[in-house]
Parts: sequence; C-alpha cells; structure tokens
Amino acid sequence: MKPPVFEYHRPASLTEAVDMLGGLENARLLAGGQSLMPMLAMRFAFPDHLIDLNRIPALAGIAEDGGTLRVGAMTRQRDLLDHPVVRARLPMLAEALEQVGHRQTRNRGTVGGSLCHLDPAAELVAVATALDAELEIAGPRGARTLPMAAFPLGFMTPALEPDELLTGLRFALPALPQGACFTEFARRHGDYAIVSAAAILWPRDGRIGRASITLGGVGPVPVRLEAAEAALAGQRADAESFAAAAACCGALDPMDDAQVPAWYRRRLAATLVRRALTTAWERADVR
Amino acid sequence: MSAAGEKDYQASPSPRLAPGAGRVVGQRVTRLEDAPLVRGDGMFAADVSFPRQLAMRVVRSPIAHGRLLSIDTAAARALPGVHAVWTAADVADIPPIPFRATKVRGLEPYCQPILAAGRVRYAGEPLAVVFADDAYLAEDAADLVVPDIEELPPVLDATAEPAEFLPGHSTEPTVVRKEYGDVAAAFRDAHAIVELALSVGRHSGVPLETRGAIARYDASRDLLELHGAAKKQHWNRDEIARLLGRPPAGVHLFEGHVGGGFGVRGELYPEDLLVCLAALRLRRPVKWIEDRREHMVATNHSRQQHHRIRAAVDGQGRLLAIDDVFFHDQGGYVRTHGARVVDLAAGMLPGPYRLPAYRVAGHFRLTNKTPAATYRAPGRFETTFVRERVMDAIAARLGLDRVEVRRRNLVTPAEMPHARPLDTLGTAVVLDSGDYPGLLDTALDRFGWTALQADLARRRGAGECVGAGIGFFVEKSGLGPSDGVRIAVDKTGGVELISGAASVGQGVETVLAQICAEALGIDYRRVRVVRGRTDRIEFGNGAHASRVTVMSGSATYRAALAVRAMALETAAGLLQAAASELSIVDGHVVRLADPGAPLMPLGEVARHMGPDSALMVGRTPGLSAERWFHSAHMTYPYGVHLAVVRIDRGTGEVRVERYLVANDIGRAINPMLVEGQLAGGFVQGLGGALFEEFRYDETGQPLSTTFADYLIPTLAEVPPLDLIVSEQAPSPLNPLGVKGAGEGGTNGVGAAIASAVDDALRRPGAVVSLPILPRTVHALLRT
Repeated sequence: MKPPVFEYHRPASLTEAVDMLGGLENARLLAGGQSLMPMLAMRFAFPDHLIDLNRIPALAGIAEDGGTLRVGAMTRQRDLLDHPVVRARLPMLAEALEQVGHRQTRNRGTVGGSLCHLDPAAELVAVATALDAELEIAGPRGARTLPMAAFPLGFMTPALEPDELLTGLRFALPALPQGACFTEFARRHGDYAIVSAAAILWPRDGRIGRASITLGGVGPVPVRLEAAEAALAGQRADAESFAAAAACCGALDPMDDAQVPAWYRRRLAATLVRRALTTAWERADVR
Repeated sequence: MSAAGEKDYQASPSPRLAPGAGRVVGQRVTRLEDAPLVRGDGMFAADVSFPRQLAMRVVRSPIAHGRLLSIDTAAARALPGVHAVWTAADVADIPPIPFRATKVRGLEPYCQPILAAGRVRYAGEPLAVVFADDAYLAEDAADLVVPDIEELPPVLDATAEPAEFLPGHSTEPTVVRKEYGDVAAAFRDAHAIVELALSVGRHSGVPLETRGAIARYDASRDLLELHGAAKKQHWNRDEIARLLGRPPAGVHLFEGHVGGGFGVRGELYPEDLLVCLAALRLRRPVKWIEDRREHMVATNHSRQQHHRIRAAVDGQGRLLAIDDVFFHDQGGYVRTHGARVVDLAAGMLPGPYRLPAYRVAGHFRLTNKTPAATYRAPGRFETTFVRERVMDAIAARLGLDRVEVRRRNLVTPAEMPHARPLDTLGTAVVLDSGDYPGLLDTALDRFGWTALQADLARRRGAGECVGAGIGFFVEKSGLGPSDGVRIAVDKTGGVELISGAASVGQGVETVLAQICAEALGIDYRRVRVVRGRTDRIEFGNGAHASRVTVMSGSATYRAALAVRAMALETAAGLLQAAASELSIVDGHVVRLADPGAPLMPLGEVARHMGPDSALMVGRTPGLSAERWFHSAHMTYPYGVHLAVVRIDRGTGEVRVERYLVANDIGRAINPMLVEGQLAGGFVQGLGGALFEEFRYDETGQPLSTTFADYLIPTLAEVPPLDLIVSEQAPSPLNPLGVKGAGEGGTNGVGAAIASAVDDALRRPGAVVSLPILPRTVHALLRT
C-alpha cells in the first residue's frame, strides 16, 4: 500500500492550476485526499502528476450572496457543516454532511472532492442533487456553470473535460417555506450509505404543494423519484400518501452486488423515502 | 542462572494468597505500560529500523486455486534498487512451517511452505518476495513479477462431500471425534429431540497494528535477531533456528509494543522466516511490514463452522445427550495450530451443563481460502452460539422459560470439581470451581431481567420490535505446562522481573508487578518487568489461551515469596532478630510488632547479599530467585451474557440497546484491566455477531480486503455495557486463585444476541447463522 511514482505539483493560484491541468499528461487533482490517497496507496490510481489544490486560498470559503450560498470547491466538509447559514437555512445539507464519514475525515475532506469523486453512495452527491446546486467549472476555455443534475454522466464520471476543474457550487437559499430531510441506511455510522433519501416538501394550503425526492445508492448516479413527486403534488400529507410514494420504489432497478442484493436496496429505498417524507413534513411550517 | 542462597529450588507448593483485595493486588492501579504509549514513545514493529535495511515485499497469488506454472521475475530484478527476488526454487531448502499445537497425525502434507511451490491454494498466498532499497521500490518491483497460474476450480464449501484437495490428499485430513455415555440410548429414550443446523461466519482478530518482522544478522557475534515478535517468542525462536539450521542460542526474538494479538499475531508465518533467511543471505537487515490489504488475506482467519446438532432431553428439559457433527472451514493450509480449534470446539461444546452422554465429530476441511487458526475464545465463541441456540430451542419445544431451562441443567457448586469424561488440548476437562446458578442470579438481578420482560412487552405493544437474550458460557484458561519467573532486587531496592511471558498489550507488566509487589512488600512501580525476549530467559510459553496471569502470575508469586524469605533471613542476621519477627513494608524491613518504623531498606539487604559481601562467601550471591509454576489442568472461568436488542422493521438493522457481561475469574489482580479485557472482548464478539465477515465470491476471490468491506464495530455501534467481575469461585489450581480473563467478553456474544433477536422477532430459532445481517432479518420480518 505504497503509491506508485508520481510527480507532485503545488500551484498557488487557480490560473496556475488550470495551466498545469491543461499542460500535464495523466494528471490528477488532489483535494482533501480522503478518496484519492487510499486509491493511490492501493494502486487503483496511477497518475503521472498530482496537482495539489490545498494552497489555493481562493478555492475555499463560504459566502452568502443574495439568495444563494456560494461554497468554494476546496471548502472542508466540516466548515460547511458548521456554517451558521447552512445550519439555519439549509438544514438538510447539514443533516447530510453529518453522515459523511467521520469528524476526522470531514476535517480534511472537501465538498468539491466528494462531488468530483462521484461515488454513487456519497451523501454530498445526493444532497447536492436534491438541492439543485449549481456548479462552477473553470478551464482553459473560461468558466462555465452546470446544474448538479447534469453533472454525473455515469458511474463515477463527472461532466468535466480532462482540463477542467470544479471551483465551487451555489445553493439557492429557500424562499418558500419547506420541510426537508436527509436520511440514509449504512451498516455502521460513517460508512457510505447503502441507500440514502433526500426529501423536500413545499406545503400549500395544508397539503403538499410540491415534493422533491432524491435517492442515492440505488444506481450509478442519484435518481429523482419523479413518479412519486408527481403523485404527491396536491395530496394530503398523511401516512397513506407517503406509503404510496414509497411504493414507487418498487419500480426501481437498483444495483445488485454480493454484499447488497437489489431486492434489499429496493426495500431500503421504500423505507427511507417514507421516513424522509414523514420527517420532512413534520419539519415543514404549515401554519 | 542459579537461584541465590536457595535451600529448596523445587519448593513445595506456595501458600495461597489470602482472599480479598490486598495492598496492591485487587486494586485498580494505573498501568506501568502507559507512559510511553500515551506519549508516543511506543516501539511497535514499524518503529524498528536498522541502518542499511532492505524492504521486503511479498508477491501474492491473485488466484484461489491453480497450478503454478512459472514466475517471471526478470523485470523486477532489472529494476534499479532491487537486490533480490526469490521464488520457491530459491527457498527449496527451507522446510514448511511446522505445527505447534496438535496431536493429530496426518496433517503434514497440509503444512504451508514459505513460498508456494507447484500449487497455489488461496488468493493471497505468498508466491515470491522482492528485496529492495525501500518499501516503495519493493512494491513497484513486486508489481513487475508475473506469475503464470493455470486456474483450477476452487473448493469453497467445507460441508461438501470430501474430495481430493491435492493429488493424493483429501479435503478432510482428519475428523476429531469425542464420545462418552450411551448416546444412542439417550436419544432412544428421550422425551423430545431438538435438531438444529447452525453456521458461524468467517471472521478473525484484526489488530490495529498489522504484523511486522525485522531481521538482522550480526556476523561479528554470529547472531540472528528477529524484531516484531509477539505471543510465542521461545517456540518461534526454536523453530526458526531449526528450520534455518542454526543453534537456538544463535537466534533471538524481541517483542516490542504489540498493537493487539487476539490469537492471530505472533504465530510463525512465512514472512517471519523469509526476513530471517534474507538477513542471513543478503547480510543486510530486512524489514517487512504487512499492509492492511495483505493482513486481510494473509493473517489467520478463524471461526467458520457449520454445525448439525441434536439434543435429547427429558420431560423437564434436562439434557440427556448431545450429538453434534460439525464442519470446520480451515482454508488452504494447516498452520501452526494444527487442528486445535476443532479440538477445542469439540471439547468445550458442553459448556456449563450437566451432560450424561455426548458425541461429537469435528470434520476438519481444507478449502481454497486464507488458512484459519485461533481467534479470541477459539472454538468457544462458535460452540457457545451453537449450544445456547440448542438451549433456547429446548425451551421453545417444551414451552419452558429460557432461563429456567438453563437453570435446570447448570452444574451446581455441589458437583464441583466436575470432571467430564472428555479432553481438550490434551488435558482432561475438569471444571475446577464455580457457582454457575449463583452468577446467573446475580447477572439477572443486575440486569433487571424480570422487570425488563414487562418493559419489553409494553414496548412491543406500542409497536416496537424488541427482545432480550441470554448466553451462558464456560471459558478455559491457564494452559500449562509451565512458566518461570526470575526476580532480582538491586542495591537501590529496584526489582527486575524476568518472565517467559509475552504481552500483546493486555497489561502483563502491570499485573506481574502487582503480584510481585504484593508478595514482596514493595511499591509495584519499582518493578521492571522483562517479557517477550529470548535473550533474557531460556524458556517461556508466551501469551495466549488466557494463560499469563495464571501461569506467569503464579510463578511470580512463588518467586517473590522466595525473595522475601531470603531478604528476611539476611535481614534477621543483620538486625539480630528472628526472621519470623520481621516483615517487609513499602520496601523496608520492619518489625512485625512495629510495622510503621522502617529498619532497613530492601536495597540495603540486597547490597549485603552482593557478590563482594562477606555474608555471601561460599554461597551464590544476589537477592534473587527463580521459581516455576507447573499446571497439568486448565482452570475454567465462566459467565453470563445478557442483551437487549431493537430491530428496525424498515431496514432489518439490529441495534444492541444494552448489554451485560458477568464473568467469574476467581480473583481480579487488577479489576480495571479485567474490565478492559471484557469490554474489548465484547466489542470483538459484537463484530462477529452482527458485522464482521470475510466473504468470498464463487471463484474464491476475497471480497473483504479493506475496512470498507470488513466491518469492525466502531464506538457508535457499541451499546452501554455493564460488567460484573465476579470473584466467587477462586481456582484451587493455583496459589492466586486466578482464572484467565481474556476471552469471557467475547465468548457469549453471538449466543446472547441471537437469543435476543429471536425474542424480538417472537420467533424461536429464527437466527441460524452469524453474523446476523440486516437483510436476513428484513427477510425474516416479511415471512
């Protein structure tokens, strides 16, 4: 478990980092290192060059900007979790972050690193999808933005060109009253979720106005449970409608592996959707 | 070393240490070991380095079973910084690794060579080794070694019909059989028969510190040293010497700090011999540190068994006979333990119960998986699960309370010592002492068992899925045959205690120092304990089988009493008093009549016994003594585990809400350390009950090679744990009355949690295998 030979680079600015990424063959970006370092140690990754982003101050930081919260890609997961605006305005994001690894890994792990690693079971990937985050991407052809829903192209494959990097993301701060919940099932605290569910409910006249349901861990990329979302709109928020929404998980075609068979993932998804919806509604301000 | 001034080397049995807490024995004194550990001054295997050392990297088989046709090492050899690459042909003169602990014949063809020759038998088997300037280069070179293996179908099911494992050799080298009483008659006359098929998953001790071995050869003294040793220094030293063709005195093993042993660490593995051989041949120190992925496939696995058990009972639920057939999944080789785990399982299965007739057949089966051996409570974690499942099944069949069935079958104090017509580890099973029903009552009271049942019923009424479980166990400890201790007092009053014991982190230094200090009348912090070194003492049986406190502790007690007697005799002459009027308190000789007035420091007595002292003319000088403790029988700790679990109906997750371990160990030398043993042992048992499993795919590829797939419980999974350290039944077999405390925390966890899960599901017998997986429980909830 010793990494293969690579050349280490430490750019001091975003421009320098973009130049390096465009100029070096077979380069990988090092963010918090919580996934890449083990991959190097296990020789699952063989980069010729490692570009360390940790000394570029502009890439980290959290700022409230009008109706959005802008988060630098190199922001540590712990800093985002502890941010007062996240706690007050995006509690579901905090709820998801609390389940990302352990405090020690959150101290180093970055928001952008987790998104770009794009593990199908990663909490940040699921919650950023649920919150419709907008991603900021830099490259030699300039900057561009991308909705989170368009970011995962497939299993652990982000929509980034080889010479591009994620610089930050924006979360819209909710204007309308809503209730939200992120819940997951993992064998142990801190493990990647086997399945996770994020639910947001917008109440209207005492009923469900709109619903957003996102599942992590059931497929190579997060999925929106659109059938359930549509079915819930305009419904009474009761056990019956939540159970009906959860039943939509029966149509999922989840991953199947030796550790977790597909049928079990499907049942977990149904349980978690029902629970997330129930809790989200309890948290919704329906006055 | 001769023992100074001794009149009676083979001393008659020592007086027993008075019951109850002493000045330092029985006290929760802080550990002598901790200062370097908490300051980061520890010396673990990876901390050991020598100038000019080479790094060794092992090339391991990527395939579970196949014919090894060739290994291409040319590219690896050509890499700059690589000094040697060896395959089996280079080590053909080294015999395979022998057995330490088996009397079973016919296992020799299954011994592991230090590098695979001709066949590979499990994924992870060493095929070649690379020696390079550093660990990075060594791993680069190892990646360039290309084995050509013709794959063969793997044997993965230990319960399948015996077949050919190797040309001319069966998958079943032996069947361990034990039997007494009229089993057939018991089943014929039984009121009822329960029959169960039960499985325990493959898991093992996974210490925080992986293995490590650092060898160096000092040509100037013709001395080979091996560092990173643990557990069995002397046996390993002798075997390394024999296998390498050297005299034992020319090989020394050194144990530093050890980050957990649990049975797996410190056995003689291929890597230990490879570094020694390389240090001799390459004339440079050689260092090998196992990485975690290697550890998961290279270090001993354990536990995997399948039992088909039948029990015959009378109308009151009393056991008449047990008939058990089980299959032990040994993996690809038989390592140092031989068939020990099978023997222990067969010998210990009856546990705490009166059993008139018993028959067991333990099928020892080879498979293409990592070789298996002992892990904390070997053979007992498995059979306690099996036996206690049987007791629950009897209760269910006869409509009796689970506790009551156990109570009716427990061996009573009046029946102690209770000899079974049975042996294990070559000694007769004689339960030496115990009040099993008494401890059961104590544990149930402390847990609030009766009130708990009402509370669980109320919670079930409110829709919760909750239950309580019980497991009673008998442990074994204090395996002989012998251990010796040498105690010497220096001129400053400091004491050196040299033992043949080892320490895998459990507090051996502290415990031996406490016993020495109690007997001698000194501060335990004045005792420097030497262990784990073959260069300071000629013999030692090491640290395993919960034996150190019993064996080395008893030897320490005897040696310290001898030193005390010598000191008082010398002081008596110096002080013109009778030795019988003197004592030693706080390191000073005092008069019994006036113990508050120190007369002479112990160091002063030692000075008068020095080599230049006129008093020693014609005698062997030194205030020192060596004493041995021999034991022909093991001593049997016992206890109860109680659990409350809650099941999440939506996910099948089993959450342990609260847990109690009650363990009678005769006497706790240091209750704090005993509690630590029980708590740590419990967490490992919890792993085996709910989380940990080495899984394989259908081709024999290991699936649990990182901590993302091999799930060790973390603090978040550990419930509030209550501990009862009971001292009601001192062992009559040693002067301290102690029984080992290392394994009782682990032994009953699978049993108690299985019982609790059944209870929560309201389905007796629902749990038939460990670990209990959420998806299994989820499926049970829906059927």
